[in-house]
Amino acid sequence: MEVVVNGEIKEVADGTSVQELLDQFQIKPVRVAVERNREIVTRKQFANTRLAAGDNIEIVTFVGGG
Amino acid sequence: MNQRGLKIGSYTLSSRLIVGTGKYASLELMRDCHAASGANCVTVAVRRERLVDKTSGRNILDMIDPKKYILLPNTAGCFTAEEAVRVARLGREMLTDSGFRGAEWVKLECLGDTKTLLPEPVGTLEALKILVADGFQVLVYCSDDVMLCKRLQEAGAAAIMPAGSPIGSGQGILNPNAIRIILEQLKEKNPDYPVIVDAGVGTASDVSMAMELGVDGVLLNTAIAGAKEPLKMAQAMGLATESGRLAFEAGRIPRKLYATASSPWEGRING
Repeated sequence: MEVVVNGEIKEVADGTSVQELLDQFQIKPVRVAVERNREIVTRKQFANTRLAAGDNIEIVTFVGGG
Repeated sequence: MNQRGLKIGSYTLSSRLIVGTGKYASLELMRDCHAASGANCVTVAVRRERLVDKTSGRNILDMIDPKKYILLPNTAGCFTAEEAVRVARLGREMLTDSGFRGAEWVKLECLGDTKTLLPEPVGTLEALKILVADGFQVLVYCSDDVMLCKRLQEAGAAAIMPAGSPIGSGQGILNPNAIRIILEQLKEKNPDYPVIVDAGVGTASDVSMAMELGVDGVLLNTAIAGAKEPLKMAQAMGLATESGRLAFEAGRIPRKLYATASSPWEGRING
């Protein structure tokens, strides 16, 4: 199924969890925050939150700034 | 030296200098500049994680010691209240159970446009109210408008952070009189209410000037990261913060038009 991750269309397996999505992109969960359709998914929910086709996912991290 | 720490919300900072984490040539240089500045609070921005080309897999937090530094997440780059609130919540989420301190507060930045990067006052106030209701301690970046600063304070800001001049401009404190009035007005009921100059600092004398006016702290980034020798400038900024604070606490002499001799008139050999 297709989901939108950080503005890019990505193909993922049906029933992929947020945790599995992060694994797919080799992203450490401790350094990011995730939104699914504008709702924050807490770290504790990563493994239990399954994506649905068309979901809009944002994965953010901290970067240098002032 | 007996300088008290700076209390903002539930955090007490040992240094009155808060530094940014942007524009450094390397993460190692950033880490070393942070150490040289003496700051114990650093501000970080929230951006999309890269899905490909993750440069060596390093994250900025890997170069910030959680025991030494309190993180101050910011909403840099937001142009509406909605965006700023969204970014603030993502920053808080990232810091929750992360081993870093800083989940409780945010530096709110809501800008008007990309050319001036000046704060947008209506959106800033709107975002502040939402964030305060959501339990955030909000340090508000704003322009040096006295009445706006008062409204932000009334709306529950944990600290007010007027710009000395536009972000990254290095023009210093363009309107020291406005900063003076802001200090008088905001500290009228509570002398400890934190007012911090954020943005526009170019060099150490700008920091001295701000601190000598009586602001509680200074936040800067480009002045260190963009200096020819960032490490030296980081140290200079730390020293200027301390000396400026000491001078403010000591209380300067009044300015006079004519001279006053330092040596006694009595006992001169030609008297």
